[in-house]
Amino acid sequence: MPYTTIAQLSQGLKNGTFSSRELTQDVIADIKARDHLYNSFITLSEEQALAQADVADQRIAAGEAAPMTGVPIAHKDLFCTQGVRTTAASKILENFVPPYNSTVSQLFVDAGAVSVGKTNLDEFAMGSSNEHSFFGTVKNPWKLDAVPGGSSGGSAAAVAAGLITGATGTDTGGSIRQPAAFCNLTGIKPTYGRVSRFGIIAYASSLDQAGPMTRTAEDAAMMMNVMAQFDPQDSTSMQMATPDYTTSLNDSLAGLKIGLPKEFFEAGLNPQVAAATMNAIKQYEAMGAELVDISLPNLQLCIPAYYVIAPSEASSNLSRYDGARYGYRCQDPVDLMDMYCRTRAEGFGEEVKNRIMVGTYALSEGFYDAYYLKAQRIRRLIKNDFVKAFQQVDVIMGPVTPSPAFDIGSKTSDPVAMYLEDIYTLAINLAGIPALSTPAGFVDGLPVGLHIMGDYFSEAKLLNVAHQLQQATDWHMQTPNSI
Amino acid sequence: MALDNADILNIAKLARLQVDASQVDNYASSISSILNLVDSMQQVDTDGIEPLANPLDAQQRLRADQVTASNKRDEYLAIAPKTEAGLFLVPKVIE
Repeated sequence: MPYTTIAQLSQGLKNGTFSSRELTQDVIADIKARDHLYNSFITLSEEQALAQADVADQRIAAGEAAPMTGVPIAHKDLFCTQGVRTTAASKILENFVPPYNSTVSQLFVDAGAVSVGKTNLDEFAMGSSNEHSFFGTVKNPWKLDAVPGGSSGGSAAAVAAGLITGATGTDTGGSIRQPAAFCNLTGIKPTYGRVSRFGIIAYASSLDQAGPMTRTAEDAAMMMNVMAQFDPQDSTSMQMATPDYTTSLNDSLAGLKIGLPKEFFEAGLNPQVAAATMNAIKQYEAMGAELVDISLPNLQLCIPAYYVIAPSEASSNLSRYDGARYGYRCQDPVDLMDMYCRTRAEGFGEEVKNRIMVGTYALSEGFYDAYYLKAQRIRRLIKNDFVKAFQQVDVIMGPVTPSPAFDIGSKTSDPVAMYLEDIYTLAINLAGIPALSTPAGFVDGLPVGLHIMGDYFSEAKLLNVAHQLQQATDWHMQTPNSI
Repeated sequence: MALDNADILNIAKLARLQVDASQVDNYASSISSILNLVDSMQQVDTDGIEPLANPLDAQQRLRADQVTASNKRDEYLAIAPKTEAGLFLVPKVIE
């Protein structure tokens, strides 16, 4: 049943229109029939999914269903799933079957959701195009020779193609919002510390956050209700109550102050994307919102700060792949050093190795102050810009990406050109604030996302603001021609 | 900031990555281009600005020193590349 929503499936399960087993069988059959077009899944977990569906059907019959009970979802293949292969789209974890669940995967199990499989991504979540996967490039359902964005490109393509109604993603520098924008989805990166990172394969630990990717803001709110919980197993998880994100979706936006940072609309932004973005923002004026010009003067510094902090933390996090305890090991190592060096050289892809090398250099003796510490000081300047802006306005809006989805292969030869694509998303992770992308129309048939950023822990407000736009427009309900 | 071949080999050693001679030039150019990209931050005056390690300036939360996890030795050994007698097996370290 392509192109429905989590809310509709939840209702159908509750009403007994279909069982979770029937629904799950349909979804898996559909993925098997159509995913050859997109390559959005790395692993299907049919057996486990049907077992989960049966448990869900029993819960529903017993009148003990939660809103997500029986609803099929997919996890980005960065979330450890007990008994189901978890690869990070890397050769080094090609055969890794985790003995435990990430907290997020476990929360969905507890909620009765059915996980049908694991979606493709850029290796170790490093990339903006999903071209850096050991399991092959993912195709954008809106244009099959264009990228779906990255790193959560498989989750984005799967939802956009109607293969699944919701999927998890992670966002270290835009990896939920940029693919959501490229694939016409709602994707939210919560506040740092809102969603547990436990059991999610780490990229850059001070930036990583998990969030949902769905067609509607209402569905994102339903998934956030499951995901956003304090977790004692993540030392950076915030110990605070989680609101019900679905209850404030219809709040009035009268008097809402929307900040428009001039730095988001300067040179480099495709004029048609700028026009689509402004057209979406204008919808809010009819709802009683007020537009306020603001400035985030240190915005451009997000690129150098991010491309020091993220590779540095990555080089440290990825040192655990040593061939000793799990994952790939090279053939016949002659000694320990040979085992480490060849295992890692053979197991990691080029982009991952580039970032490990940059991070290793930045953290090496004599360079730490000039790179990592300097980048952390700049990180505070960027955060201070946002803190100041939120004294003036309730939310900030702008584009998610400078242009719509680019063609596969068009930027792979120059990593720096690819990095510049992240100009509007990186600062949000550096500051740690929440932000989402919601559909804002089309440029030459390709989707454009509206970026809505909020103060710390304002996820409910962001979902409310996105939901109101989705009530007034139907961009998010458009379907790609490939399905 | 341009790196030469000796720099690349040194970084690769620190990173425990085998780099073949044929790849050194490629790494030198791609890593130098990334370092050039980030060098613009050296122009920024950050005197008196405290480094931001946690975006919420949050302190590390501590927990009581109590055993909370169960022993999963067998499950962990089952996914290791090589094991022997309940241990992870690696190439000989001491002659």
